[in-house]
Amino acid sequence: MLRLRKKVSIESKKKTAMQDEKKLVTEQKKEIIDRGGTEDAQAKSGERRKFLMRVGWGSLAGFLAINSAAFLRFFYPRVLFEPPSQFKVGFPDEYPPGQVNSQYQREYGTWVIRLPDGAFFAMETKCTHLGCTPSWMESQKKFKCPCHGSGYYITGLNFEGPAPRPMDRFKISVAEDGQLLVDKTIKFPGVPGKESSEVYPQSLLRV
Amino acid sequence: MKSLPEISEKVRKNLIWKSIFRRDYRNSIRDRAQAVFGNVFLHLHPVQVRESAVKLRFTWGMGGITFFAFILLVITGVVLMFYYHPSIDQAYTDIKDLEFQVPFGVILRNLHRWGAHFMVIVVMIHMFRVFMTGSYKAPRQFNWGIGVFLLVLTFLLSFTGYLTPWDQLGFWAITVGTNMGAATPLLGYQGPFSEYLHITPYNDIRFALLGGAQVGGNALLRSYIWHCVAIPLISIILMFVHFWRVRKDGGISKPQK
Repeated sequence: MLRLRKKVSIESKKKTAMQDEKKLVTEQKKEIIDRGGTEDAQAKSGERRKFLMRVGWGSLAGFLAINSAAFLRFFYPRVLFEPPSQFKVGFPDEYPPGQVNSQYQREYGTWVIRLPDGAFFAMETKCTHLGCTPSWMESQKKFKCPCHGSGYYITGLNFEGPAPRPMDRFKISVAEDGQLLVDKTIKFPGVPGKESSEVYPQSLLRV
Repeated sequence: MKSLPEISEKVRKNLIWKSIFRRDYRNSIRDRAQAVFGNVFLHLHPVQVRESAVKLRFTWGMGGITFFAFILLVITGVVLMFYYHPSIDQAYTDIKDLEFQVPFGVILRNLHRWGAHFMVIVVMIHMFRVFMTGSYKAPRQFNWGIGVFLLVLTFLLSFTGYLTPWDQLGFWAITVGTNMGAATPLLGYQGPFSEYLHITPYNDIRFALLGGAQVGGNALLRSYIWHCVAIPLISIILMFVHFWRVRKDGGISKPQK
């Protein structure tokens, strides 16, 4: 019984507190009006608050957006310390016909190849199966991939293993000083079952 | 010569001990609960658990074991960092040094390596258990989502750690893995639409991962930073959310009656 009475008294206290609060709010309103403020001014201040909120959160969002963009851009440096994509590989008469030159394999990922008929081409040292580096087997006259056993002829045409298409070629031309120039930005991707020399006659260089 | 109880009394009845533990500990239910409740490391854990919640048959304890593996990997990983230089000239020989020359290096390295395999396996079993018991259902959908992110982060930790020894295995794994990124639509230079969007090997996702157009020193450094700092930080934050949500969603999932 005692407890119940206590509860009731708490309830009634809460009620009076709420009433007091209401009184306070209306008194404050009155004060504003007394000081020259109007209901209209109050509405205006609400508008102003909304506007300022929008500006505040908006600038924060903008700041974060620009920051994220800068963060993403950070991952793309301006200067690379990698071998250039265009490079000279010596004079044509240094290459005997029918030879695969692996001199530029390690640094540039490129073979400079002269076919038995004297035509030059440059090929990317990348197996078309999963991207390993095949090796030129001079005794068997073929490229052999160590990863899954794909085999290619000297022209880059695949003939065994899981490779789906011939290896890709790069543009090769003669520079002003007479040296051969390989341009890795121009690529001739191998087409399944087709000889790249026929699909891309421009990949061959005859000097 | 003092007796053991006397020494114990002396240790417990001074300002330092009291400042750390704040109150005497009697082995009562209340004090045991208080020990969990008042401990910063344990307070994520509920003070009381239902008996059914600790039944290993239902939960397999895989989430907790995953967390244990993570702690193990953080400790061994930090220790390994004292001997490892993330540069292509030193990385491989540093690992060899750890294996053959540094005292206890081989056990630390192998704890880290096998612990990593262990964590990947255990986290997948955890996921399997959660799926098979239907513990991803309401109200736990959000936590399942967090769990999927944590699974991916675990895989990424495993993947980035793969390159750090700079051996043939890691080199080709990263070569193949980042080439998959290069073949991703709208993100990689070999993916569909790359010609129209002017995506080249120099501005695609693979470039961002490798820090260059080929797997080299930048790639090693980037995967090292992701592996040792960035991904663990993200994982820890998500783990906090994950553990906290387990409690908020009604405690560890248990069999329905």
